[in-house]
Amino acid sequence: MDFTRQDRPTGGASLAFRNATIGYDRHPALHHLSASFPPGSMTAVVGPNGAGKSTLLKAAIGHIRPIGGEVAIGGCRRTEVAYLPQLSEIDRTFPLPVFDFVAMGLWQRRGAFGGFRRDDDEDVARALAGVGLIGFEQRPLDTLSGGQLQRVLFARLSLQDAPLILLDEPFTAVDDRTIGELVDLIARWNAEGRTVVAVLHDLELVRRRFERTLLIARRLIAEGATADVLTAENLAAARHHIEAWDEAAPFCEAEPAP
Amino acid sequence: MTIADLLAAFSDFAFMRRALAGCLVLSVAAAPVGVFLMLRRLSLTGDAMAHAILPGVAAGYLLAGLNLWAMTAGGLAAGLAIALMASAVTRLTPLREDASLATLYLVSLALGVILISARGSAVDVMHLLFGSVLAIDDTALIFIGIVASITVLAFAVMWRPLVLECVDPGFLKAVGGRGAIIHVAFMLVMVLNLIAGFQALGTLLSVGLMMLPAASARFWTRSLGAMTALAMAFAALSSVAGLAASFAANLPSGPAIIVAAGILYALSIAFGPTGGLIARLRPARHRTG
Repeated sequence: MDFTRQDRPTGGASLAFRNATIGYDRHPALHHLSASFPPGSMTAVVGPNGAGKSTLLKAAIGHIRPIGGEVAIGGCRRTEVAYLPQLSEIDRTFPLPVFDFVAMGLWQRRGAFGGFRRDDDEDVARALAGVGLIGFEQRPLDTLSGGQLQRVLFARLSLQDAPLILLDEPFTAVDDRTIGELVDLIARWNAEGRTVVAVLHDLELVRRRFERTLLIARRLIAEGATADVLTAENLAAARHHIEAWDEAAPFCEAEPAP
Repeated sequence: MTIADLLAAFSDFAFMRRALAGCLVLSVAAAPVGVFLMLRRLSLTGDAMAHAILPGVAAGYLLAGLNLWAMTAGGLAAGLAIALMASAVTRLTPLREDASLATLYLVSLALGVILISARGSAVDVMHLLFGSVLAIDDTALIFIGIVASITVLAFAVMWRPLVLECVDPGFLKAVGGRGAIIHVAFMLVMVLNLIAGFQALGTLLSVGLMMLPAASARFWTRSLGAMTALAMAFAALSSVAGLAASFAANLPSGPAIIVAAGILYALSIAFGPTGGLIARLRPARHRTG
């Protein structure tokens, strides 16, 4: 049987934090957080530096185990989740052309040994076209600019065909026009039914393009429709959070939040 | 001595033929290992592992004399133990892999020399450290063949995850690939190749047939496949030239092969089109777009 991407129904997966405390060295980066990302939603995660935004995504894909509470993914396996880290560990000096790199997005379909068929090649070409990188197929990674590399990563993400997509500050070092194109791409993923969670700093962009927002500052400040969350009051509350760890902080005795 | 005389040396003497066959097969197996070691910035890891296997080889030698299988088993055990200990120290403590490997291999090398000097003579030490073409008998040839077959198979199976583990380990982890297993498998293949090489090249120099051709190939192409093929060709060429020189001038074979590989490396640095010195100095014409 031959299956292509088009045949597969994409239902969004859900992500839920239930009273989750996630941290490093027993200091919580996220404290008793309860938040949910329903299937097919498109949510921006907003907050000051050190608010625990990246930690939230790392916990979602299982790179960090919660100290307490639960992080649950519903509707797909954890390895099917697509994740774009803030600082990727990509070795750009490795002699690999853009095409081969993007093709790695088909890992779930082809695995370590599966041969590439013509429709795989076409899918890779389509993904590259989708981010405006036609003609870059044979370019080595180390000749790409920062924004081009980001678009390559988006092309690989779109090949992963993931029901849940996690993006950690995907627009750093990307120019405005490219940001517009990439947000359009994200919106298309969402329109296909995929759940999208993106950590962002640009509140204007969030207001314009994201229906839902989660505002955190080591704890939940507000969650819901973007207009209701990004109020002056909530943003002021988020700014008041203290970034540094208190080495002498007492151990948390708080009753689990409902 | 003419070229014809050198060719005659290969056809007249069985030990030269065996050495040539052994080194050529070894070239095919060791070169891809070297390419990935270089691209993963683990070039010195190969060197460290070459030292690390010495006490195992020595222990095998002490127990059973110059018995290939005993020395191989010992070397394999020592190499694996050091590789696993180094990754364990890396994962469990703040020490980086290079530091933990360096500490372990130095201790290992010291133990190896003590073991050899406890029972053997200086000649034995020299033999283990630098190898000898005369040591390549039929058993050694069979062993090299087995290792080369395992290596080629292993690379066929793990090529894609290994490339991904090199380029973007975080992605491999996220899609559920077992990066740690790939790493261990790769280290195992490397140790096997080091042991296969030590009969001819010695424990210290068998890593040279991996690293030098790989580093040379980097100067001629940017494609991974071509780089691997070229590294094999360079290794094979160094083997032929080194063995011929060793026969003609009565040089130890291992060092002769490595020096030949070193000459190829120097030529590559000078003349290689991708990053070579001359290509870099030549005023480059640029295109319009």
